[in-house]
Amino acid sequence: MSTLELPTATVVKKKRPRVSAGRVAAWALMIAFLALSLFPFLWMLRTAFSTTRSLPSNPSSLLPVDFTWGAFKRVLGLGTQAQAIAEGGSGASVNFWLYLRNSVLYAGTVTIGQVFFCSMAAYAFARLRWPGREAVFSIFLTALLVPPIFTSLPNFILIKNLGLLNTLPGMVLPTFFMTPFAIFFLRQFFLGISREIEESASLDGAGPWRTFFRIILPMSTAPVTTLAILTFIATWNDYFWPLLVGNAENTRVLTVALGVFRSQTPSGSPDWAGLMAATLIAAAPVLILFFAFARKIIDSIGYSGVK
Amino acid sequence: MVSSDVATSTPRKTRKLQAKGDRRAGGRSELPTALVFIAPALLGFVIFYLVPTIRGFYFSMTQYNILGTPKWIGFDNFTRIPKDPLFWNALWVTLEYVLLNIGFQTIIAIVLAVLMQRLTQSTVLRGMLLLPWLISNVIAAMVWFWLLDYQIGLVNAFLEWTGMSRIAFFGNEVWAIPTIAFVNVWRHMGYTALLVFAGLQTIPKYVYEAASVDGSTEWSSFWRMTIPLLRPVLAMILVITVTGSFQVFDTVAVTTRGGPVNVTRVLQFYIYQKGFAEGQFGYASALSVVLFLILAVVAALQLRLLRAGESDLA
Repeated sequence: MSTLELPTATVVKKKRPRVSAGRVAAWALMIAFLALSLFPFLWMLRTAFSTTRSLPSNPSSLLPVDFTWGAFKRVLGLGTQAQAIAEGGSGASVNFWLYLRNSVLYAGTVTIGQVFFCSMAAYAFARLRWPGREAVFSIFLTALLVPPIFTSLPNFILIKNLGLLNTLPGMVLPTFFMTPFAIFFLRQFFLGISREIEESASLDGAGPWRTFFRIILPMSTAPVTTLAILTFIATWNDYFWPLLVGNAENTRVLTVALGVFRSQTPSGSPDWAGLMAATLIAAAPVLILFFAFARKIIDSIGYSGVK
Repeated sequence: MVSSDVATSTPRKTRKLQAKGDRRAGGRSELPTALVFIAPALLGFVIFYLVPTIRGFYFSMTQYNILGTPKWIGFDNFTRIPKDPLFWNALWVTLEYVLLNIGFQTIIAIVLAVLMQRLTQSTVLRGMLLLPWLISNVIAAMVWFWLLDYQIGLVNAFLEWTGMSRIAFFGNEVWAIPTIAFVNVWRHMGYTALLVFAGLQTIPKYVYEAASVDGSTEWSSFWRMTIPLLRPVLAMILVITVTGSFQVFDTVAVTTRGGPVNVTRVLQFYIYQKGFAEGQFGYASALSVVLFLILAVVAALQLRLLRAGESDLA
């Protein structure tokens, strides 16, 4: 017995000092990366609560310079024009609420359509038996290889010829029905559901529609929610496509509006506090979603990217 | 396929069960139902993926300024591309960006993933590393544009405090592309680290235990086991990140807009300018065909790497 225990004991003894020596350095490195990840968010907050005119006087203070809610007020159109100009804003009215509404409509509509239609298609690919199933699925997947810019140009022409430029349908349509990733993602989950459940349902006389809506979908709320969150975040952050087809004021989303806002500010004295307040508000919905569903999102990443 | 038998027995069992289910149904096809289920996705696929891909090739053979009608000119656009100095400039700028971005991002991601694996399983910590990935490219660009501002940005205040001279990160010809690459490394490092981390989880613990009993140091275990066993996952991650990296646009569009003097005019921004600002839609399409081909070649090379390693882990 003692001969068996001896080697393990020495291994543990040998390992511990070596590991704890490296552990300090490892933690230091980890903390450095954490600081790098988080610090810009802190700086956004600090700047958003500062007065733009006072920023040059104290560029490295960690706390807001001349604390004020002014930046948020002028971004949301709550303050007066005089007050905005006094604090270093441009004084021009920003239709922030409109852009916020557009972003919600754009990301929300795409998410609802894409998740619903892709879960139907994924079910057909995972569960129904039909000739050509694998072939069609692999053709769908090859669409992943086509770079978005390549289809964006002809899609722009199509949307333009349909007279849908600067309309919600024009922005939403290309990703409303499917993305190859969404189908792939859900198909993997549907494949994992036990067939016996479906078979007992079909013995009870349930057709594929009822099986899908009453059994498969309710059993898959976790992956469907995850996909919905990922789709919403990706669409919310989308810039290129909304820039191409929805650049007009009435359909402008937040990302595009921020780009315009930044290029309109005179390069001499940009309204940094206003800009940072705007970015914080633009990022808020996604950050709130993340805090609510952090574990789902984190767990899905290893899955969606690798497997 | 054969090698997966070694891994575990559960997948085999499920596969057998599925095969049994298939057989039980016999030859009964559910084609009509399936057609209804895939109809919307198929519609979307044909209209917004398949047809545009074909049309993209067609437009590349035309002279077209969006307003008129496309005029067929054969390969004229493609013979023009090699003679276009701005194309070559855009290609080199993009390559420089991709190398810097992918190089740093991949190394940092591997380091972070190994640190996470060794130090903590904390979801909170992983969540914090993921935060930059959640905000849009536009916001990430904006925040760093402010932090790196020449006059009153924090980083330059710090540089001056340490006695170094200020750097016009976005306005200097040498610094502009590395700066843009840095912004995107910052946004993606945590995300890529989580992908690598997921790959690390697939390496069984006993491999390390056996190695440590045999007296292998952590350093040599990392190079001799972790990296080789991670190779298929790394190849997959690289296919995704490199393809994405070649299509950099947002960061350039909201910060430098191609400047100073063309040094940040990456391919996708050049395509955008040609097609939408200069009205040369046919030529822009030809450029996007070239970008497509470059991506296809790069991805094919990488997938080959992946296939070579597939038997290690699958």
